[in-house]
Amino acid sequence: MAVLVRVFGDIDVAEEAVQDAFAAAMTHWPVSGVPPSPAGWIITTARRRAIDRLRREATRDDRHAQAALLHARDEPAEESPVPDDRLRLIFTCCHPALAPAARVALALRLLGGLTTAEIARAFLVPEPTMAQRLVRAKGKIRDARIPYRVPKDADLPDRIRSVLAVVYLIFNEGYAASSGEQLTRPDLCAEAIRLGRLLAELMPDEPEVLGLLALMLLVEARRPARTTANGDLVPLAEQDRARWDRTLIDEGQVLVRRCLRRDRPGPYQIQAAVNAVHSDAPSVAETDWRQVVTLYDQLLAVAPSPVAALNRAAAVAEVDGPAAALALIDRLDLADYHVCHAIRADLLRRLGRADEAAAAYEAAIARTGNAAERAFLAQRRASLPAQP
Amino acid sequence: MPQYLLTIYQPDGDPPPPEVLEPIMRDVEAVKQEMKDAGAWVFSGGLHPPSTATVVRGADGDTLLTDGPYLEGKEHVGGFTIVRAPDLDAALEWGGKLAGALRLLPVEVRPFYDEEPN
Repeated sequence: MAVLVRVFGDIDVAEEAVQDAFAAAMTHWPVSGVPPSPAGWIITTARRRAIDRLRREATRDDRHAQAALLHARDEPAEESPVPDDRLRLIFTCCHPALAPAARVALALRLLGGLTTAEIARAFLVPEPTMAQRLVRAKGKIRDARIPYRVPKDADLPDRIRSVLAVVYLIFNEGYAASSGEQLTRPDLCAEAIRLGRLLAELMPDEPEVLGLLALMLLVEARRPARTTANGDLVPLAEQDRARWDRTLIDEGQVLVRRCLRRDRPGPYQIQAAVNAVHSDAPSVAETDWRQVVTLYDQLLAVAPSPVAALNRAAAVAEVDGPAAALALIDRLDLADYHVCHAIRADLLRRLGRADEAAAAYEAAIARTGNAAERAFLAQRRASLPAQP
Repeated sequence: MPQYLLTIYQPDGDPPPPEVLEPIMRDVEAVKQEMKDAGAWVFSGGLHPPSTATVVRGADGDTLLTDGPYLEGKEHVGGFTIVRAPDLDAALEWGGKLAGALRLLPVEVRPFYDEEPN
């Protein structure tokens, strides 16, 4: 797919050609056997089909088709999927001139190979809406000529950030679905991790790329313990750590150590390190919370944000007590963020201020779109001691 | 080569005082020179305020004139530049330089349909 997008400079032409080629494979392969290089066969066939199609269109004096055809002739006849093409396509899909929602949809469609219907379902939008979003994005790529190119060195850090943000957005939507009945959408997490692995394979020297993959692996490792059999949420403190996925943890921790050796810290690497600390600890009580606070200090130094400050405050609660944490949180401007109210509620509960805790739980419940999270918060609120 | 329209939007009302405007105009002129040196500059111009505009409509051989701009808003097109650029990244780079010279004014970058004839 990536090869053909580069050759023809048009995503729609490439998509149709690939579909044609797969259809051809379905008829040829059962008869003639699977070719030695299936991917190469698909690409060569798709290229031939696309040129045929463009020729037919060119007779109708379609200038774009002629231009694409001219371009296609420059290329060698045999092609194999080289990593460079996928990398180019990644940077195109995640171009900052596209709306974030469009970047996510394009990445899932063109890199993840999900169908439009699957992407629409994952984001709970009607299929025509998602189809429209994809058409518009592809139209902009074509007409505004968003290039298929790995950005030049000077732009690379910014552009990589944009790529990583897209992958992390997909992961987060899978990890804590912003709406719907289920707490998590494991399919989206798996897709984000697959993309993360692809990026790590294509850009092994970028520590933030490794950091994001490590972060996703370490968080994903806890998924089996995050919900009960009926889908209820289990907070970190109460999770059965024996159910954490050790294979994913080991893979994540190896990556974190690789990042440490590079010594070029960035936000994803630091968040991965925080999660590595959790994965090392046999229980909440035995967690090295001082280390967690130190890591959040680093995170705030490289990428200050109220959410990072909130997470730091939650760690401070374990080191200096809930009162100290509450004082920090009350200075933050996060009134719309349900997690902030949930953390406040928990701290107030621990301080024995049940009335205020109840109000904070209410505020959190009102602001979360996820049914499992709402049920968890309602249950917490119900278990507060009655006030005298 | 493809061409892009860089449109400068500015707030309605009086222009800033000369001590503010002059360094901006100097920087804009420098960007224009850079575009010319790079062979990217096609055309550019600044426009008189929207109050000087006239809207023309044609129907059945008649023309109807209306005083003032077609779109009323808090901002208007203050000027524009046309550049030739191989792709959007190159066009955005010129747009970024222009926006930098203009300080806080936004610049809209939009591709033309047709390529420039070679």
